[in-house]
Amino acid sequence: MRKVSFPYMGTSYIPFERLLTAFGNEVVVPPRPTEETISYGTKYAPEFACYPFKIVLGTYIQVLEAGADTLVSSGGVGPCRAGLYTTLQEKILKDLGYEFEMITLEPPGRHLRDLIDNIKKLINDRLSLKDYISIGRFAWKQLVLLDKAERLSHKMRPLEVKRGDTTQTYKKCVELIAGAKKYSDLREIEREVELLYDAIEKKDYDPIKIGIVGEIYVLLEPSSNLEIEEMLGELGVYVERSMFLSEYTISNAVMDLFHIAGDRDAKKMAAPYFKEMCGGHGRESVGNSVLFAKRGFDGIIQLSPFTCIPEIVAKSILPKVCKEHGLGFLTISLDEQTGKEGLRTRLEAFVDLLMAKRKKAESFRVKSQYVKEMA
Amino acid sequence: MKIGIPRALAYYAYYPFLETFFEKLGFDVVVSDKTTKEIMDLGIEDAITDACVPIKLFHGHVRNLKDRVDYVLVPRLVKIKHDATFCPKFLGLPDMLSCSIPQFKNMLEVRVDLKRGRLDLFMLCMKFAKKFKKSFFKAYNAYLKALLSFKNYTHQFLQGGIPPLGIVGQKKNSPICLAVLGYPYMLYDPYLSLDLIKKLINMGVYVVTPEMLREKDKQKQASKLKKTLFWTFSNEVIRSAYCLFENQNVDGIIHVTAFGCGPDFIVDKLMEIDAKKYEMPYLTITLDEQTGQEGLNTRLEAFVDMLKIKKAKKEAAMA
Ligand code: SF4
Ligand code: SF4
Repeated sequence: MRKVSFPYMGTSYIPFERLLTAFGNEVVVPPRPTEETISYGTKYAPEFACYPFKIVLGTYIQVLEAGADTLVSSGGVGPCRAGLYTTLQEKILKDLGYEFEMITLEPPGRHLRDLIDNIKKLINDRLSLKDYISIGRFAWKQLVLLDKAERLSHKMRPLEVKRGDTTQTYKKCVELIAGAKKYSDLREIEREVELLYDAIEKKDYDPIKIGIVGEIYVLLEPSSNLEIEEMLGELGVYVERSMFLSEYTISNAVMDLFHIAGDRDAKKMAAPYFKEMCGGHGRESVGNSVLFAKRGFDGIIQLSPFTCIPEIVAKSILPKVCKEHGLGFLTISLDEQTGKEGLRTRLEAFVDLLMAKRKKAESFRVKSQYVKEMA
Repeated sequence: MKIGIPRALAYYAYYPFLETFFEKLGFDVVVSDKTTKEIMDLGIEDAITDACVPIKLFHGHVRNLKDRVDYVLVPRLVKIKHDATFCPKFLGLPDMLSCSIPQFKNMLEVRVDLKRGRLDLFMLCMKFAKKFKKSFFKAYNAYLKALLSFKNYTHQFLQGGIPPLGIVGQKKNSPICLAVLGYPYMLYDPYLSLDLIKKLINMGVYVVTPEMLREKDKQKQASKLKKTLFWTFSNEVIRSAYCLFENQNVDGIIHVTAFGCGPDFIVDKLMEIDAKKYEMPYLTITLDEQTGQEGLNTRLEAFVDMLKIKKAKKEAAMA
C-alpha cells in the first residue's frame, strides 16, 4: 500500500487525510511545522528560497523519515515560483538520497489528462460512483466547516470577556469536525459549532477592524505567520483574512476547469493599480485591500514571505492604495528569523495608530456636526 | 521629440532593436547614462528595500532620464516566446514605478505580449507608430532596419564577441574556457557585474555567455526539465547550462545572480545539483549593491587557478 503524505497547511490535513484514506492509501499525517521542521528546511533549501518552500521542504523530510513513500502536492502554472516548487524539491530530496514518488496535481484547466492520471495513482480501492460522491461530499463539507469555525473565531476573539475562551472553543470545534464519521454528523456539528461560539461571554463594542492580505501559504498556516490572527484578536482587533482554502480551491480548481477567472471582484478592484496578473497573490492583495476599505475597515496588514516576488510588487503599490482609501498599512515580511515578540510590539503600535486615527476621525465628525448645528 | 530608454533590465537584451526602431521612426533617442554609484543611490532611494538590485537600478535610470526627455519608455514584458513569461517584477514594473517614483508623469508604458511571435511584434510596432502619427511606410522601414540590426547583434555573439561590452572577438587559444551564465542585465552592466567578464578575459579566459550559444541548441535542451520554467531569461540560462553539461566544451560554469532574486533560487539550485552529476566545476556569484571588488577578484582568481591545475593534471594523466 502506498504511504502518502502532503504539505501541512492550516487544518486542511483533516479532510485530506479522510480523502486519501478513503481511496485506499495509508496516510502519514504531516506534523504541524515546528522549529525542527524549519531548521531542516533552511538547511537543505537554497538561501533565497521563499519561506513556504522551506517549511514545505522541512515537512517532506519529516514525513519521509516517518516512512512516507509518496508525496502529493499541488502544482501551478506560474508565473510565480510555487508551480515549480515540486520540481526542485524532488531534486533536492532525491539528491539527499530519499526514495519516493512525487505526485503533482496541476490545476485542471490545462492538464486535465495529467490530473486524472495522477489522481488514478492515488486510488487503490475499487469504489463505486456513489462512494466517490459521498467521500467527496464529506471531505468538502469538512473543509467548509473548518473554514467557518476559523472565521467565527476571528469574529469572536476581540469580543471575548475571558482571554482564551475563543481559542479553546476553536480547538474544540476542530476536534469535533475531525471526529465526524458521516455526512449527517457534520450537519449536527455545524449547529453545535454555532452554539459553542454563541456561548462565549462577549463584550459589546466596535473593535478596530483589520484586513489581512498576502501570500496564501503564510496566510493559511498559522505557525508560519506566528499566529498573527490570534495575537491581533487578543489585542481586541477584529481580523478578517482575504483567503480561505475552500474558496481558493473553488476559484483555482473548479473555475479553472471552465476557464472562469476566479476572484473577479478583487481583480477588478486592483485594475487601476495593478494592470497585469503576475502570479502568486500580489494582485489579489491589492484588490482585496480596496474591498476591505469599501467595507469600512481601519487598516491592512500584508503578510509576505521574505523575497516573495509578487508581494514585493504589491508592496510597492499598497502604500499608495491604502493612503487613497484612508487605511492604515503595515507590511510584515516573514522568514525563519522573524521573532514573535518583535512582531507583537509592531502590532501593538499599529493598533494604537489605528485607534488614534479613528478617534481623530470621530472628533472631526462631531465637530463638523456641531458646526452645522451652530449655523 | 525625445524618447528616453532606461539603460536597465530588458534594454541589455534588446537594445539594438529598440534604438534603431525609434531612431528610424524619427525620434531623438536618449539612453540613460551608464550605471554609476549615483544612479544606484537614486534607485535605492525610491525602490522598496526588498527589491532586487536590477529593479532598483531601473528606478535609478528612470530618475536619471525623466527630466530631460518627453517620454520614458517603460516596457511591460509579458511574453516574447510562447513557452514562457517573465519574472513577476517585469510584469508589474510600470505599476511599481508609478507608485514609487514621485512625480513621474511622462511614463510611456508599452505592453509587449508576443504570443504569436513575429506577427505580434510587427503589429505592436505599427500600433506604436500610429500612436505617434508616423506613416506606415516609415514605420515598416524602421521595423525592418530594427530587425536587421538585432540580427547583426546576435550574429556578433555567435562569432565570439560580446557587443554590449564592446568586445569584438576573443583569442581562440585561451587555456581556459569558462561559461558565465546569468541574465543580460546582470552580465552586461559593467557596474553591477563589477566588470566580471572583462576581468576573466584579462586572466586569459575565453568567456561564453548564454547569448553566444546557438538558439537551436538551447531549444533542444528544453525537454530536459520535467517542467519548463516560467521565465524567458531563466530558461535561456538553464538551457545553456544543459547544453554545456552535455557537450562538455567548457571547463567550468560561473552563475551570476542578484541578491534576493526570486527565480534564481530555483535556477541556481537546479544547476548546482546537475553540475555535480556532470562533474562540472560550478561557482555561484551573488551580487548586490554592496559587493566589493576585492572579494570578487579573489574568488575569481581562486576558481580560475583551480581549473588550471585541474586541467594540467588531466593533461599530464593523458600524456
Ligand atoms: S508567491 Fe511568493 S512565496 Fe509563493 S512561490 Fe511566489 S515568491 Fe514564493
Ligand atoms: S529575475 Fe531576479 S534579478 Fe531579475 S527582476 Fe526578477 S527578481 Fe530581479
